[in-house]
Amino acid sequence: MAIERGSNVLSQAVLTANGLGVMRGDRTLFTGVRVSVCARELVLLRGQNGAGKTTLLRLLAGLSTAESGKVTRTAPHHWIGHRKGLKPHETPATHLQHWANAWGVEPDMVHTALEAVSLLRAADVPTGHLSQGQQHRTALARLLLQDRPLWLLDEPFAAMDDSGVAMIKSRIEQHCASGGAVIAAVHGDYGLTPSQEITL
Amino acid sequence: MNARPVLSAFRQALQEAWAGGAGIFLPATFFAGAAVLVPLGVGVDNALLRSIGPGILWVALALSSLVTMERLFQADLEDGALDLWLQTDLPISAYAAAKTLAHWCVAGLPLALMTPVLGILLQIEPAKLPMFAAGYAIGGIAFFFWGGVGAALSASVRRGGLLIALIALPFFFPTAIFGARALQAGTATSPEALYLIASALFSLSVAPFAMGAALRLAAD
Repeated sequence: MAIERGSNVLSQAVLTANGLGVMRGDRTLFTGVRVSVCARELVLLRGQNGAGKTTLLRLLAGLSTAESGKVTRTAPHHWIGHRKGLKPHETPATHLQHWANAWGVEPDMVHTALEAVSLLRAADVPTGHLSQGQQHRTALARLLLQDRPLWLLDEPFAAMDDSGVAMIKSRIEQHCASGGAVIAAVHGDYGLTPSQEITL
Repeated sequence: MNARPVLSAFRQALQEAWAGGAGIFLPATFFAGAAVLVPLGVGVDNALLRSIGPGILWVALALSSLVTMERLFQADLEDGALDLWLQTDLPISAYAAAKTLAHWCVAGLPLALMTPVLGILLQIEPAKLPMFAAGYAIGGIAFFFWGGVGAALSASVRRGGLLIALIALPFFFPTAIFGARALQAGTATSPEALYLIASALFSLSVAPFAMGAALRLAAD
């Protein structure tokens, strides 16, 4: 597939990782994994359940440390994991306001982000009362709160309806087209055109 | 360091405590219950009550500070909020300190404010009650921060409440010793009172780093 390469600055690696290895007990989860992602690239992580996709993403995000290898990130990143970071008493609006505040983002961005993930109608419902898909949309809205070059997404399509899948797909494509980079663990195809696929 | 993330962490922890419902009254109820049981148990010898009363309140305060400690970091670990905090510019020890301070405001400060009432029950001289309440408030800070270390270390342990007590109680000893002596001395500027304040400051300056290291391990 053809990927437009911009200037040297754009094609500089946003994240590189070499020789990553993880042990779980005395079992080797994976070893010698190499990840390198540049601006405008979409990297898909593939593998069966339990292959270590989430573990690898957590390594790349700096949430855990590997037995071997090194991760270098050169740009700020967003993280969407299985555990979405929502409090049951928070509404999508207060959740985003909280993180906008913590990250030093303009509060106006909250409305924009809610609109982008089609959550305006449920904006004031406590997340404990929302469906899985709506909770997931709330977490995804954090991606749009602040512009960060690298997105690390753990199964972004989980629990999403058709319009949600289309929305996330177009967001990922837009992000890459505007010079961002995405690393996502996914099952299935979803019509994405990845620059690389890493199979664990 | 930018103060905004710390304030957001503090505010979220406060909101969570309020939204948690009756949970915030648990330590206060436990505290009152434990303090009221003592006169019932030892009888109504006023002189005896007056001499053991302040100590009883220290013991009750130490134990009630641990009542709701278990969920301090566990909720954030389970719902993924801790992962997000670990990926901000804010040092994780600052987040831990903000959470613990918010928990003290909601669960610890009310205990200190209750001591004048319970003190009357235990025959403590009314004139001494305000100074005693201040002593219990300061000692409570130390108890909550050491308890927070236990909470961070056992955040990934199911039903780790008792474990927290085992980890934290030895760290309560200096505060309990200086606290009891300070109340006996009875003035705010006595060396014992200064040592009590020092023990609270020590917990404030050391415990957040221990909590931060423990939380990094818990998320790994």
